[in-house]
Amino acid sequence: MNKRAVFKSRWLPILFALPQLLLIFFFFYWPATSVLTWAFSLEPAFGGAGDRLFVGWDNFREVFADREYWQSVTLSLVFAFTATALSMFIAFVLAICVDRQLKGSGLFRFFYIWPYAIAAPAVGLAFRFIFAPESGLIAIVNTWSPDLWNPAKFGSHAMILVIICFAWKWIGYNFIFMTAGLQSIPRSLIEASSMDGSGPVRRAIDLQIPLLAPTLFFLLVLNLTESFVGPDTYGIVDLTTEGGPNGATNVMVYRIVSEAFQGLNYSGAASQSLILIGLIMVFTFIQFRFVERRVHYK
Amino acid sequence: MKHFGVKFAAMALALGLGATPALAEKVKFEFWHGLSGDLGERVKETCDKFNASQSDYEIVCTSQNGYPETIQNAIAAYRAKKNPAIVQVFDVGTLDLMLSGAYIPAKKLMDDNGYKIDWDNYFGGIARYYADSKGVLNSFPFNSSTAMFYYNIDAFTKAGIDGAPQTWEDVEADARKLKSAGFDCPFGFSFDSWATVEQFSAIHNQPIATKNNGYDGLDTELVFNKTKVVDQLTFFKKMTDEGLFQVKTAQLGMDVVPAFASQTCQMIQSSIADHGTIGKTIKPGTKWTVTMLPVWKGTERKNSLVGGASLWVLKNRPEAEYKGAAAFLNFIAQPDMVEWWSTVTGYIPVTKTGFDAMKANGFYEKPQFAGREKAIESLTYTPAGDLTRGIRVGGFPQIRKEISNAMEGIFFGKMTVQAGLDQAVERGNAIIRRFEKTYAGQTLN
Repeated sequence: MNKRAVFKSRWLPILFALPQLLLIFFFFYWPATSVLTWAFSLEPAFGGAGDRLFVGWDNFREVFADREYWQSVTLSLVFAFTATALSMFIAFVLAICVDRQLKGSGLFRFFYIWPYAIAAPAVGLAFRFIFAPESGLIAIVNTWSPDLWNPAKFGSHAMILVIICFAWKWIGYNFIFMTAGLQSIPRSLIEASSMDGSGPVRRAIDLQIPLLAPTLFFLLVLNLTESFVGPDTYGIVDLTTEGGPNGATNVMVYRIVSEAFQGLNYSGAASQSLILIGLIMVFTFIQFRFVERRVHYK
Repeated sequence: MKHFGVKFAAMALALGLGATPALAEKVKFEFWHGLSGDLGERVKETCDKFNASQSDYEIVCTSQNGYPETIQNAIAAYRAKKNPAIVQVFDVGTLDLMLSGAYIPAKKLMDDNGYKIDWDNYFGGIARYYADSKGVLNSFPFNSSTAMFYYNIDAFTKAGIDGAPQTWEDVEADARKLKSAGFDCPFGFSFDSWATVEQFSAIHNQPIATKNNGYDGLDTELVFNKTKVVDQLTFFKKMTDEGLFQVKTAQLGMDVVPAFASQTCQMIQSSIADHGTIGKTIKPGTKWTVTMLPVWKGTERKNSLVGGASLWVLKNRPEAEYKGAAAFLNFIAQPDMVEWWSTVTGYIPVTKTGFDAMKANGFYEKPQFAGREKAIESLTYTPAGDLTRGIRVGGFPQIRKEISNAMEGIFFGKMTVQAGLDQAVERGNAIIRRFEKTYAGQTLN
């Protein structure tokens, strides 16, 4: 007895989808095709398409032969996984706490989502001042022992700095989804397990995480993609470390943008962004193929 | 609305409505520049002055907030055929513009529009930077600067030092005295290649790249890993290890200019364009001044390189706008405008008549401007030679980044001076080769 309304018209659905399709066409496919042509040629900054040089795979060969490029890939991976793990973990802890309906949790729920509303460059700028090793608030640790914290000098510190910035901003976003997810878990389940004597940690591991799995998976894909290629990563790196010191935070997305626009090397940047698009596709495929298997939606 | 105005003016002209001047709408044209803050305000004032001075044209000045942004946006606009008539391009973007085929050479523009410009009036060192191989200007020198050596006279007096350091030997001796007088940071420097590598090379007559720093062909190669730059950075490294020189970058919390203005560091190298900023921000009553960059003892000093930016006139605009552009460029080249511009900014006057007018007015004797004439002295110390007229190397903004990358590695202990410079040269040469391939078949005219 399954009654379904079927739209016979072929054009109506297309018409409804049209605004979205147009958007994708103009802001994704169109630019992507010009990136494609640039990646296989040498594009002068001011154009001059007539005498453009077709160079085949040269741009890609050059990219792959570059030692620093591979370093940049590694850095991007380290950044993406660490930042995602950190921001999701902290967001989860906060969400669990708020979900316990302790005093003031409504207020915290309100405050925790704020960081997401701040633009990444603003976050970067603020954190740069806070974490400036000689004059920031953190400078006090360097009086205990010199160079305890110096992101301008040590690559590892600089990486920690950009990871903190990114995680700080994304905790708010993750928090919203996790709180919403936790609220949909029946109270009775939690109460029953409490009566059986399980503490908050046990309940989180055995009940809340499995039941939250679809949300967590969604956030995982989103966080990894965003930290890998997102504009936030670019904005934060640009305002805090500028890819330094000595290339220690030169993640792929920062490298591409600075090569294209500061270096006016459109073709090199175009080939790198194609590689990045490819990597993201592989990434997402792996996540859906292997991680999602363990997610139960109902 | 701006674009609409431009289009309307163009349309009006195309329809012949502009034939009678009485009915003609003012011809509007755009000028994009990269200066912001105080300097941006000064550009706006320049434009207002021009608009008030005549009634045929109206210039619309838009700041793009930064040199790289200006050239990027101009490129995007040019590709979309919506470019401004005039755009300000920083020194190292000169080669990109020269090879773009997107501009109208300065001399041609002025000749076509009937302006007589005394091209020899520009200081040689400035003009040759923006000229083709025959010495004909492609763009108009606008805001020009050079690197200078700033020092705090009060600190010098306290440490018992007399007079400006002339040589790097002096700098070392002064740094020691300052340190023992209790100054924590005698000399501050950043990883900016402009002063430490480029200007140093010019005044010591050292090549940055083969083929006369790229002026003689796109097939140039970087060589600064085999010149006195190696010794210079080795010296800097040694001084840094002894705590006499200190690294000051924005990432550490303070760049060199604020470090000097806050009297954290007593000596720095920076652009003469910062003279105004320092004057405004340093504690009133502090005695400080500038002098020419030091040389090593026994060096025959050469002129320093011109920095800053020049104005390029881009193609694709209606003819009427070029008349306006020419009028504007002629307007800002007048001695009184040159004088006003230098006074309010700190940039050096680009013409000899402008400089003479300022000297005659006693500008350089006023305490707040004293020392700025040293920049002219530095730029004109010798006639611009093969290694001192400029650096014409493709992709130089990226090469600068490679140099500062290498300096980060060198001064933060990750590599030796030689290894760092070798790496910068190797990576820089790859950038040049790519640039050469992109513009294959084109020659420097």
